[in-house]
Amino acid sequence: MSSLPLAVRDAHTMLRRNLLHARRYPSMTLSLLLTPIMLLLLFVYIFGDVMSAGIGGAGADRSDYIAYLVPGLLMMTIGSTVIGAAVSVSMDMSEGVIARFRTMAIHRGSVIIGHVVGSVLQVLASLVLVGAIAVAIGFRSTDATALEWLAAFGLLALFTLALTWIAVGTGLASPNPEAASNMAMPLILLPLISSAFIPADTMPGWFRPIAEYQPFTPAIETLRGLLLGTGIGHNGWLAVAWCVALTVLGHRWSQAQFNRDPK
Amino acid sequence: MNPTTSHSLAIAAKGLRKTYGDKTVLDGIDLAVPAGTVFSLLGPNGAGKTTAVKILSTLVTADAGDLTVGGHDLAADPQAVRAAIGVTGQFSAVDGLITGEENMLLMADLHHLPRQEGRRTAAELLERFDLVAAAKKPASSYSGGMKRRLDIAMTLVGSPRIIFLDEPTTGLDPRSRHTMWQIIRELVSDGVTVFLTTQYLEEADELADRIAVLSEGRIAAEGSADELKRIVPGGHVRLRFLDPLAYRSAAVALREAAGDDETLSLQIPSDGSQRELRSILDWLDSAGIEADELTVHTPDLDDVFFALTGPATPTTAPAPAPAQSEENVR
Repeated sequence: MSSLPLAVRDAHTMLRRNLLHARRYPSMTLSLLLTPIMLLLLFVYIFGDVMSAGIGGAGADRSDYIAYLVPGLLMMTIGSTVIGAAVSVSMDMSEGVIARFRTMAIHRGSVIIGHVVGSVLQVLASLVLVGAIAVAIGFRSTDATALEWLAAFGLLALFTLALTWIAVGTGLASPNPEAASNMAMPLILLPLISSAFIPADTMPGWFRPIAEYQPFTPAIETLRGLLLGTGIGHNGWLAVAWCVALTVLGHRWSQAQFNRDPK
Repeated sequence: MNPTTSHSLAIAAKGLRKTYGDKTVLDGIDLAVPAGTVFSLLGPNGAGKTTAVKILSTLVTADAGDLTVGGHDLAADPQAVRAAIGVTGQFSAVDGLITGEENMLLMADLHHLPRQEGRRTAAELLERFDLVAAAKKPASSYSGGMKRRLDIAMTLVGSPRIIFLDEPTTGLDPRSRHTMWQIIRELVSDGVTVFLTTQYLEEADELADRIAVLSEGRIAAEGSADELKRIVPGGHVRLRFLDPLAYRSAAVALREAAGDDETLSLQIPSDGSQRELRSILDWLDSAGIEADELTVHTPDLDDVFFALTGPATPTTAPAPAPAQSEENVR
C-alpha cells in the first residue's frame, strides 16, 4: 500500500477511536459548552437592554445587542470547546496505548490527525448547538447573502482548525490534563478582551491595542460583518492570516513534540 | 515476509548506549537473541531494562550501537522493524475508555486486516485469553490480570514474529502470573521470539532459554539459567542446633562444615540430591548428631543475582532473607 492511502486509513481509524471516546464520555464537551451558553443568556437577558442602548441601539430593545453579541459568542464557543482537545490529547499521551501506537507500523501522524479532525467535528457540532440557541432567542441573519453565509461557515471552520492545532500543541506540551486545561485558558480569556461583547473603540484607549491585536477581534468582526451583511473591510484578510498563521504554528509545534522521543 | 531460519538472530545489538542527561542508562551492551527463543533481561529496578526494550522496539532512539531487529536496521528502517514486532509494555497499553472488543478491533484496523478477518481474529484472541465475558465492558474496568491479557491479545493481532514483554507479570497475583507464563510458553511453541524483561528470577528461570543480568547499564553475566547458577558457590545443607553443647560436639565431628557460633548452625556443602542427603543423614545418625532443624539450600538465580548486581551482598545481611527454594526437613 502506498503511503497516502495508508495515512488516510490510519487517520480514519484514529478518528473513529476519538469519536468513540467523545460519544462515550460527552461530559467534558458539554461542560465546556456551558461557558458560552451561560454568557450568551446572561448578556442577552440580564445586561441586554443596557448593552443595546450602549452600542447605540435604536430603542430599549435588546435585539440590536443580540445581533452584535452572537457572532462573538460563536467564536468564543470555538475557544472554549477546543480546550477539550488539549485535555484529551494530554490524557491520551499519558496512556500506554500511545506507546503501543508508536511501535506499530502505522502512519505516524495519524494519532494527532485523528485528534484534530475529531476535535474540529466536535466544535462544529457545538457551534450548531449554540447557533440554534441564538436563533431561538431572537438572532436573525436575514440580511446576509448566500455567499456571505458560505464565507461565514468557512471562517468558522478555519478558525476552529487553527485553534484546534494550538490546543493540540498545548496538550502535547502539558505534563498532565490539569496543566493542559490551565495552559489552554487563554483560548477562553482572549474573547473576553476582544470585541465580542463591546466594540473595541468604546474601550479605554490604553486597552484598545490589546483587544485589536489578537486573533479573536478580526475573526469576530469578520463573522459579524458576514452574518449581518454589513461588510467586513480589511478584517477578512486579517482573520484569514491569523487562521493560517496559527494553523501552521500549531501544526509545527505539535509535530515537533510528537516526534521527539517520549520520556 | 521471509521466514527466519532457526539459526538467524531475531535481535542483535552491539555497543548499545543511551544516556539521559548525565546519567548513563545503558553503557554499551551487546545482545544476541536467536529466532524462536526466549531471552530474558534480568535486573533490579533502574538497571535499564525498560530503556533497552524502548530502544529495541523503536520507541526511543539509541545514542550509539549497531542494532538489528527482525533483520532490519533499527536506525535505517524503523518502520520495517515495527512491522515485525509486538510490544507489551510495563504499563498496560490498552485504551481504557473503550471496550476490550473495541480495543481488539482497533488493532485489527491498524494492521489493515480486512473487516471479516479482523473480526474473526479479535474474536479468536478474546476467546483464547478468556476475555469473552468482559469483551463488551470498558477496559478501564478490568482487573490487572485481565488488562495484561488484553494487552497481549492486542499485541498478537498482527501475528508478530518478535514480541517484547516488559515486566509482563509485575503486579499480578500468583494465579494471573502463572496464566501469563502459560501464554508465553504457547507463544514460544508457535515459534515466536520473546524478549522478556523481569525482576523475578523465578520467572527468568521458568521461561528463558538465555538470561542476561543487567546491572547499572552493563551486562554483568549472560548464559542459560544453569550456566549462571554455576557462577556462584554451590548449595549446602544447613543444620541448626538449640543446644550449644550439641552444636559444639557436632562442629568437632563435622570438620569440613562451616560453623556459625552465633546461630548455632553448620553448613555442609551439598548439591541437594536425594542420594547425598541420604548419605548425610546416615552419617549424622552414625555420629550420633541430632540437629533441631535441617534445611537444604540449592543455588538459584537469586544467588547469581545478588552476587552480580549491586555492591551490597544481602547474603551477609543479618535480616532474614526470604528463603527461596529452601525446603525444611524436620
